[in-house]
Amino acid sequence: MEAPTPHEVEVVHRTLTDHLPILQVIIPLLAAPLCVLLRERALVRGMAIGVAWTCLAISVTLLQHVMEHGVISYAVGGWDAPFGIEYRIDLLNAYILVVVSAIAAVVFPFGRGGEGLALNPARVHLFYAALLLCLCGLLGMAATGDAFNIFVFLEISSLASYSLIALGRGRRALRAAYSYLVMGTIGGTFFLIGIGLLYQTTGTLNIVDLHDRLQPVIGSRTVVVAFAFLVVGLGIKLALFPLHQWLPNAYTHAPAKISAFLAATATKVGFYVLLRVLFTIFGATFVFTTLRLHNLLLPMSLAAMFVGSLAAIAQTDIKRLLAYSSIAQIGYMTLGVSMGNVDGLAGGIVHLFNHAMMKGGLFLVVACVVLRTGSAKIDDMAGLGRKMPLTMAAFVVGGLSLIGVPATVGFVSKWYLVKGALERGWEPVALLILLSSLLAVIYVWRVLEVIYFRERPEGAKEVGEVDATMLIPTWILIGAAVFFGLRAELTSQVALDTARMLLGTGL
Amino acid sequence: MIEQIPPGLILIVGGLLLPLMPKEVRKVLLVVLPAAGLAHMIQLPTDHVLAYSVFDYDLTMVKVDKLSRIFGIIFHIAAFLTAIYTLHEDDPVQQVAGLTYSGGAIAAVFAGDLITLFVFWEATAITSVFLIWASRTERSYKTGMRYLVMQVGSGVLLLAGAIVYFQQTGSVDIEPWTDLGHHQMRGMFAFDSFGEASLAQLLIFFAFGIKAAFPLLHNWLQDAYPEATVGGTVWLSAFTTKLAIYALCRMYAGSDVLIPIGATMTAFPIFYAVIENDLRKVLAYSLNNQLGYMVVGVGIGTELAINGTASHAFAHILYKGLLFMGMGAVLYRAGTVKGSELGGLWRQMPYTTVFTSVGAAAISAFPLFSGFVSKSMILTAAANEQHIITFCILLFASAGVFHHSGIKIPYFAFFAHDSGKKVKEAPLNMLIAMGIAAALCIGIGIWYQPLYDLLPFDMNALHWVPYDTAHVVTQLQLLLYSAAAFVFLQKMGWYPPELKSTNVDVEWVYRKGLKDVALATGRALDVGYTTFRDELFGVAWGIVERIKRWHSPGGPLGEPWPIGAAAIAAAIMLILFLALGWL
Repeated sequence: MEAPTPHEVEVVHRTLTDHLPILQVIIPLLAAPLCVLLRERALVRGMAIGVAWTCLAISVTLLQHVMEHGVISYAVGGWDAPFGIEYRIDLLNAYILVVVSAIAAVVFPFGRGGEGLALNPARVHLFYAALLLCLCGLLGMAATGDAFNIFVFLEISSLASYSLIALGRGRRALRAAYSYLVMGTIGGTFFLIGIGLLYQTTGTLNIVDLHDRLQPVIGSRTVVVAFAFLVVGLGIKLALFPLHQWLPNAYTHAPAKISAFLAATATKVGFYVLLRVLFTIFGATFVFTTLRLHNLLLPMSLAAMFVGSLAAIAQTDIKRLLAYSSIAQIGYMTLGVSMGNVDGLAGGIVHLFNHAMMKGGLFLVVACVVLRTGSAKIDDMAGLGRKMPLTMAAFVVGGLSLIGVPATVGFVSKWYLVKGALERGWEPVALLILLSSLLAVIYVWRVLEVIYFRERPEGAKEVGEVDATMLIPTWILIGAAVFFGLRAELTSQVALDTARMLLGTGL
Repeated sequence: MIEQIPPGLILIVGGLLLPLMPKEVRKVLLVVLPAAGLAHMIQLPTDHVLAYSVFDYDLTMVKVDKLSRIFGIIFHIAAFLTAIYTLHEDDPVQQVAGLTYSGGAIAAVFAGDLITLFVFWEATAITSVFLIWASRTERSYKTGMRYLVMQVGSGVLLLAGAIVYFQQTGSVDIEPWTDLGHHQMRGMFAFDSFGEASLAQLLIFFAFGIKAAFPLLHNWLQDAYPEATVGGTVWLSAFTTKLAIYALCRMYAGSDVLIPIGATMTAFPIFYAVIENDLRKVLAYSLNNQLGYMVVGVGIGTELAINGTASHAFAHILYKGLLFMGMGAVLYRAGTVKGSELGGLWRQMPYTTVFTSVGAAAISAFPLFSGFVSKSMILTAAANEQHIITFCILLFASAGVFHHSGIKIPYFAFFAHDSGKKVKEAPLNMLIAMGIAAALCIGIGIWYQPLYDLLPFDMNALHWVPYDTAHVVTQLQLLLYSAAAFVFLQKMGWYPPELKSTNVDVEWVYRKGLKDVALATGRALDVGYTTFRDELFGVAWGIVERIKRWHSPGGPLGEPWPIGAAAIAAAIMLILFLALGWL
């Protein structure tokens, strides 16, 4: 048989496999309205889980494909870029897709039905509809290669997450969702303004095309202004200090299962889009040589690390403690970016994955605790070490990983970050990374001491271990934090390749 | 398979699992784990190496040789005895801290590279502080914080030194000694004067120096050890400082600078020990003095001196632990270890009295006790290498040791005037631990050959016999004249009563006037230093308090801002990012 000519490849229509990039996004999008139609609790839950697992299977296939054959470009509706919308899967977003869908696949089955959500049973189907929309938005942001399309999915995921947070108990949850809505909208608007300015300058929205067309006009005022709007807009989305103000309340008052999902995915995708904007659209040379972004990003990251950790030490609510710790961890990620070298950037990227696992796992532990004790106060966790040994052991392992103890994933990220800092000649920064880890020791220990060394007060509610539907997802995430800590080469290799790709060619 | 387990890990992992166990199982494990760890460690061959790689770096988790082996053995024994000693108390915090702390120290001893060493070095710092905090008083909390700052600071220096060294050489391996001939050994980082030392050498030197309580870096020791719990002090006394001695011995053997440093360490704590009333603090000073002998031994760096250091560390851990156990038992039963409030306890605590006296005899290096067969090696090595001044200082210090540990401790606690306290004998588990330690102190003094067989260099080749006429006579002269002076001063009522102490080494070294000056200087230094330290910590605490307030809920950084403020923050950030393009 003769080899087909390039023209024929375009026309020969695709098998289902070729449609994977879009299926990834379409399936949860279509499943969401189905949830509303079906209404039946068990059915809806089963479907949501099925969708999450399907997405995971798709994203793993995509990652394998990208690793073997390189970038996948998919033109939506057959309209080729730059006129149509292109879905472009390279190593970086294939990796993000796996992270997001894997977290979804583990977190969605957590707990039976609306258990632990304190939901009106009649509204469980709406909850799953919002959850699926949120997943769809996050996957869409990661998969698309079109800047405006990113904005659309950003809004889908944001709107879904506002409603999910508002599901939390009491009026405070509503207020937290409202603040998040205001801040999120400011962020979204900034992002849109940035894209608008770029479109005005270049006449294109395709990311790769944007990069090429920006090169002749890269130093112009419009481009710099666009850059500032984009970065600050995304800074709000990924809760970069001091733009993090929405995060502590949102994570504290949302149902714990939602906190787990959002903490592990939403800020991570925001970070991914930041990488795209910095390295793919503008290119490393412009960002680090012309603008010297690190002059601003480095102090912000360090402030995030220390303010976040110190605030975590002072909190009395375990969810709020984890939320502030997230702010510190996001600081580590942007710190890696600000280094602008392969090791630092790889440290940031691998920390994205690692933090998703450990923070997701820790929030699930909290979800178990809240379900059993009805409280998220640290003091109310006294003596739980005996009552809920398996759940609390998961907290210990997750906590050790937050600190960055060797044999956990937290160590891997910090290793690369320290290496990157030293390579860059920033010895004091390396020292600060180690110092901030010590702060993590303190806030993790505070909780462990209450759990293990304080007796359960007289007359406290009698509590027992949670069931397998909660323990298994929790331990999958926590176990992964150890597994990938021991087999660090699995993730760090992808991160290093990605970092080289981002820094090397600007693509 | 079993070779793949690094020594110390059994204690660390077991210790971490303890809180999950019921009370009775915890107690059994507390004793069984050190024993199991020892059994596992002993069967590792002496050239055993366990390498692992983190990313692209090849590190050495375990490297067994005779030096690491002897320290590993005594650390396990110390952990075992302390575990028995603390059995009467059911405090999971102390049990976990004690086991992981000793496990960390053991793992550090076997570390084959600087990075692995650093990891366990910090592990000992972080775990041990809980033994101080376990007293659960405001005072112990602050003391613990100061202790932690020093210990973690030591670790940071070590890491910094390792990184600088790696940049220079591309390796973090801990190299064996270089044999310079004439029985002289030289460690990988050894240097003879501060002028010639490289940055890496200096950083690591001070990292070790803090933990080994070098003069001026020592204060954490006397500050922290007396504040720990009854059992906590016994845990603490065994590991941290001896780990530092081990590390110095491995990497700085033969450094001439260590000889004056060590000599100073043997001498200056004596002045403090004389004026101190808290008997556990007296022991802390005396611990510092004992470390001085080992530092001198490391500095001399001959085969005999290194053997002396290793065996002295071995013997010292046992008798110092025994003394701390004795004082701990007194504290546990009488509620105080103030010399002025105790006395006459021998009637109520006869066994404790006997065991503590054995420890006192051992630390004073009486013939037939363990201190004698180890310390004389260092003294002889100093004389052999013509360090005459050092030799004299060590001799003076030996008399001082006899005074403050050999006489002062048992005398004020158990004899002297009867304080009228009605107390019970120490609990059985304490007596067992003390009994074993006392038996070992005497056993080593008489049947020293098994200990000598463990030493890094072959003792027969060094033609060393502990019990020859010269050694025995010198030591007996020293001790008997001290004792005679003590009795004499006692009968004449000449010893300064307000200090609640006697000074027997006066006949040997200095006249009374000189002694008063020394005491006054010691006190002035102490007051000056304490004031300075309190001021410094006052300021530091003020800053810490403010940071805490800012980050607590209600403070500007501990709570999300109102939406308006958050939006303004976004606007300001936008301006800053815009400014990037114009700068």
